Amino acid sequence: MSHVVHSTTTTTTTTNTARTGRSATASKAYAAFLGIGLVLLIVAPMFFYPIFLMKLLCFALFACAFNLLLGYTGLLSFGHATFFGGAAYFTAHVTKEWGVTPEIGILIGVAGAAMLGLVMGFFAIRRQGIYFAMITLALSQMFFFFCLQASFTHGEDGIQSVPRGHLFGFIDLADTTSMYYFVLAVFLIGMIVIWRFINSPFGMILKSIRENEQRAISLGYSVARYKLGAFVMSAALAGMAGGTKALVFQFATLTDVGWQMSGEVILMTLLGGIGTLIGPIFGAGLVVTLQNYLATSQFPVTIITGVVFMVCVLLFRRGIIGEFYASRLGRKLGFEHRR
Amino acid sequence: MTMIFGIPLQAFMGQLLIGLINGSFYALLSLGLAVIFGLLRVINFAHGAQYMLGAFVAMLMLQYFGINYWFALILAPIVVGLFGAVIERLLLSRLYKLDHLYGLLFTFGLALTIEGTFRYLYGSSGQPYAPPPALTGATNLGFMFLPNYRGWVVVVSLIACIGTWLLIEKTKLGAYLRAATENPTLVQAFGVNVPMLLTLTYALGAGLAAFAGVLAAPVYQVSPLMGSNIIIVVFAVVVVGGMGSIMGAILTGYMLGIAEGLTKVFYPEASNIVIFVIMAIVLLIRPAGLFGRDA
Repeated sequence: MSHVVHSTTTTTTTTNTARTGRSATASKAYAAFLGIGLVLLIVAPMFFYPIFLMKLLCFALFACAFNLLLGYTGLLSFGHATFFGGAAYFTAHVTKEWGVTPEIGILIGVAGAAMLGLVMGFFAIRRQGIYFAMITLALSQMFFFFCLQASFTHGEDGIQSVPRGHLFGFIDLADTTSMYYFVLAVFLIGMIVIWRFINSPFGMILKSIRENEQRAISLGYSVARYKLGAFVMSAALAGMAGGTKALVFQFATLTDVGWQMSGEVILMTLLGGIGTLIGPIFGAGLVVTLQNYLATSQFPVTIITGVVFMVCVLLFRRGIIGEFYASRLGRKLGFEHRR
Repeated sequence: MTMIFGIPLQAFMGQLLIGLINGSFYALLSLGLAVIFGLLRVINFAHGAQYMLGAFVAMLMLQYFGINYWFALILAPIVVGLFGAVIERLLLSRLYKLDHLYGLLFTFGLALTIEGTFRYLYGSSGQPYAPPPALTGATNLGFMFLPNYRGWVVVVSLIACIGTWLLIEKTKLGAYLRAATENPTLVQAFGVNVPMLLTLTYALGAGLAAFAGVLAAPVYQVSPLMGSNIIIVVFAVVVVGGMGSIMGAILTGYMLGIAEGLTKVFYPEASNIVIFVIMAIVLLIRPAGLFGRDA
């Protein structure tokens, strides 16, 4: 990895534009895209099926949360389904059995996912690289078996007919339009948190760990603590997506905690662009659209997913947004690309 | 009836045997993973799929060509090994220069594709594969009945494990392999065809997985899902053992299989997570794994 990137990321005194690694034109282009994107998201339910859009937003947030770890810290977790699906179970359970309002339900889901992240991260950061991936996968499988046997998850049936409830006690979310804008708000809050996080001094240190772990250690950073912090943060945000998804679909099942789900979120991130802020949103969009499209046909999604995985790894490692940044137009607009 | 720790001896020995059989498969599979990782620095996620392929090839050979178990035990690993060699040559070899994680992601995609294809063609439910007539029936050992086929699995997988160990530690080819693990550039400079060695290694690993698959076919049912169920457990085994040593991978496989079997006797609810719990404990005490050198 280039040392140029490393030196800019560890210098905390650089200006804001230098810190985000973008020029003034890129910032303008970014702002323009952001504005267009926001308007599109606000008017989207008039043109598309809202449930589909909500699913897309949940998975987009999930993928961005995952990318926080893979793209900005360089850790490949193969167990993120635990946080997504775990939070879905927690949120579904507390809103259905305890009757809490949806926002409290999601917050409990987030807290639960963060706790799970703390435990899994505690074990996983003891090893690096490939071992990290295998440990997270194994611990996540353990959580899967726990969910299979625990009583509150209702085993194979899952938690069914979860009420969406009233937001803050008075906005009825059974109404699809209200629900959509609630999900959009959750998504935007999550994205702002991620954006703020990766541009904070904490995020800078994470990038320096990604670029050169040994050097970060020699500079006096307690790398293990930063990695754990990033892991918990990523888990909590994945939980936010999972809890919201449970309310959208009004159920939480074993599918959300299985290893296939962990694989899916990796694919979304890889497809969109590892280490780009908005790439995973596009990746999630593509994967969710593909799944929707194939849901009615006999052809199994797994084959397509597998082939897309292989093609991405072999030919398309920068992902959609990464390729755009590296393209002539992207460079003209002043975007920098890495990897 | 004889009792041991308040459990009937019969049940105790039965679970111990199941543990030993599972352990045999864990050992064979983690051995293959360790061999591939040692040289290619790739964690072969498709290992489970190759195990499943072995079982399927054996079953299909019987269905379409009437090839019996004994020939399948030799032919299926060759077929799957060749398939592995093609994949390595054409695709996987392009990824060696990159971060090791890409190898993991590529083989994950490969595993999904293979599993998805077989699920599409044969459905998710398992299909029986009869053990060969010579190995049906059971032997009375005095304290328990040992199904002959299960005894055979334990013995033959032990032989396969020791054979692979001897191949790598005691032969000239093994010496090349070990040398290339340490320093591929230097070995290539000595005129050894290292890319060919890499292909051979991957084919050997895939073949071992297929061999385990054929052995497993009469014990479990032949199902497209049999690979992904076992591969995650094998990953935990590999984390516990550390991939630095071949013998370490074999021993850890058997140990954890037996630990799982014993858990089934004393606390059945925890039997499918006990290996993961052991993994967590080992990570606390010895992060590099029981036999691992810190990588």
